[in-house]
Amino acid sequence: MSLQKQNSYRTGPDERGHFGIFGGRFVAETLMPLILELEQAYAAAKADPAFQAEMDGYLKDYVGRPSPLYFAERLTEHLGGAKIYLKREELNHTGSHKVNNVLGQIMLARRMGKKRIIAETGAGQHGVATATLCARFGLECIVYMGAVDVERQKPNVFRMQMLGATVVPVQSGSRTLKDAMNDALRDWVTNVDTTFYCIGTVAGPHPYPMLVRDFQAIIGRETREQMLAAEGRPPDSLVACIGGGSNAMGLFHPFLDDAGVEIYGVEAAGHGLTQLHAASIAGGRPGVLHGNCTFLLMDDDGQIQEAHSISAGLDYPGIGPEHSWLHSVGRVTYLSATDEEALAAFQLLSKLEGIIPALEPAHAIAKVMELAPQKPKQHLMVVNLSGRGDKDIPQVAEILKDRHT
Amino acid sequence: MSRIDARFAALKQEGRAALVAFVMCGDPDVETSLAIIKALPKAGADVIEIGMPFTDPMADGPAIQAAGLRALRSGASMKKTLQVVRGFRAGDAATPVVLMGYYNPIYIYGVDRFLADARAAGVDGLIVVDLPPEEDEELCLPALKAGVNFIRLATPTTDDRRLPAVLANTSGFVYYVSITGITGSASADAGKVAEAVARIKRHTHLPVCVGFGVKTPDQARAFAARAEGVVVGSALVEAVRASLDGEGRATAATVDAVADLVADLAAGVRGARAAAE
Repeated sequence: MSLQKQNSYRTGPDERGHFGIFGGRFVAETLMPLILELEQAYAAAKADPAFQAEMDGYLKDYVGRPSPLYFAERLTEHLGGAKIYLKREELNHTGSHKVNNVLGQIMLARRMGKKRIIAETGAGQHGVATATLCARFGLECIVYMGAVDVERQKPNVFRMQMLGATVVPVQSGSRTLKDAMNDALRDWVTNVDTTFYCIGTVAGPHPYPMLVRDFQAIIGRETREQMLAAEGRPPDSLVACIGGGSNAMGLFHPFLDDAGVEIYGVEAAGHGLTQLHAASIAGGRPGVLHGNCTFLLMDDDGQIQEAHSISAGLDYPGIGPEHSWLHSVGRVTYLSATDEEALAAFQLLSKLEGIIPALEPAHAIAKVMELAPQKPKQHLMVVNLSGRGDKDIPQVAEILKDRHT
Repeated sequence: MSRIDARFAALKQEGRAALVAFVMCGDPDVETSLAIIKALPKAGADVIEIGMPFTDPMADGPAIQAAGLRALRSGASMKKTLQVVRGFRAGDAATPVVLMGYYNPIYIYGVDRFLADARAAGVDGLIVVDLPPEEDEELCLPALKAGVNFIRLATPTTDDRRLPAVLANTSGFVYYVSITGITGSASADAGKVAEAVARIKRHTHLPVCVGFGVKTPDQARAFAARAEGVVVGSALVEAVRASLDGEGRATAATVDAVADLVADLAAGVRGARAAAE
């Protein structure tokens, strides 16, 4: 893949849903008519001021936006370099950035007259956000979750059930997020007339990567305004963790054409890149899965490999197609953090700032710990704190307990 | 004229529908699956669909998912699938062979190399579930150029407006997916299927085969009365599974278990037109 000079990095996808060679609509024929209908419905909603106004109302009063941009003074002092700001997406209702996208999709589903909502979830954050908005709007909600994840993210399973959702533990394949997505697609194919598939990340068939990005881009737009208000200029660098990559895309996209802004995505390196991990760009290559062409972890025969990350939300062998493209054109730098590095960052942020991050953004914090000391003191670095760590406390406590005994 | 065209033309002369039999390559192991495939024509299969195993078969139900995983565990791969086709072709020059599966293993093998090797091995057609007409440039158009039929799925959601696009680059036959759903699930109502087949036939001269949810000789007979072919898959891979020993290995009964079921289904298909008249 050659580096090519772009006039703008923000014009994708093309009308066929492609970002360069990535993206597309690789789905069964049964789903194609609905995907085309969704594309039309989204175009109509986008052009409708009433849709945007209604969304803005819920974003403000139900989600609690704007989320603060917080100067992490003690973390900054501790690392002794760049001035670090946290974009506090973990303060949103439901505890993560996922709600931004779910609100948009649920409002689309209502416009399309769909009363049954399905979703896949890894850590359970997308599932909780979907269950929450289905409760709010009186819609049936079915969440597919890998049986392994049901076990390691129990608090979120209870939360979804409390909200009235049905959680289906997925027993096929590796019983994690990838398999939850397979089963959600199987449900969708079966119930295509009644059902809206609320995808949780910037992946899947076109138009999902585009519309999820658009719904999440509020993160980056707010960040720009807030940083201008705080410092009188835009940030110098952005850092975010990446599983499918929706929180990262939401932060990055409004800044892609700001040539002076360095952008870092952080994948999950699990036990390390030579062992089991979930870093699709670092360890994968382009392939086709779940409706799109993108970087995937797979063997020489094109069989998808099981990913591993301590974080259920990053435990996926693929990545959103627009990230694959931004990597191939060199606009975004993709790094990776191991389970151990994320655990250390999880503890550091808790102790220095009184903010317990989810294990997912702990991966981003881990790379901030490397990047910030290399930067001058006037360098403004924003890290997306995409979710809070409450859901991870039982799992982390278990891991740390084993170490102390 | 391709082997598929020739076979359907001959069956039209006979006045009966085709039995299209699907088995997963490498299930439960490569050698046994070759033995099963070799036994299919004699048992009454008119067209053979060979599944290319994939870890993430998003349009398949539990039976075919499990068959694919058994195959992958036994060391199946695209290379071995093509070897099996070559092995079958060495003893049978007439029965059409269609490979069915998902795009990623083909993409990784390399489209041009795959088409050349598939054609050389004796593959006549391809069914790739996750390549709708919107992605024709990926594989469909290169396949047509290479002389390999590209068989498209039409579904209950493919309406009259969309049918022309679906049929445009389709060759060999049209595979009508009788339900909105995954393989091996609920069975469609024969009346509704007849309507759908008639609707497709208003748009094409290609033979129409009906699949998804066909399990018994009676169902096969009912659909065969209305279409040029009936596809059976999940029931056959279930027969494989039921014949295995405690460790999932083939037994002396495995090949016969599939062949016997194919013979019953073939009898159903062959009885259809007589019953309809």
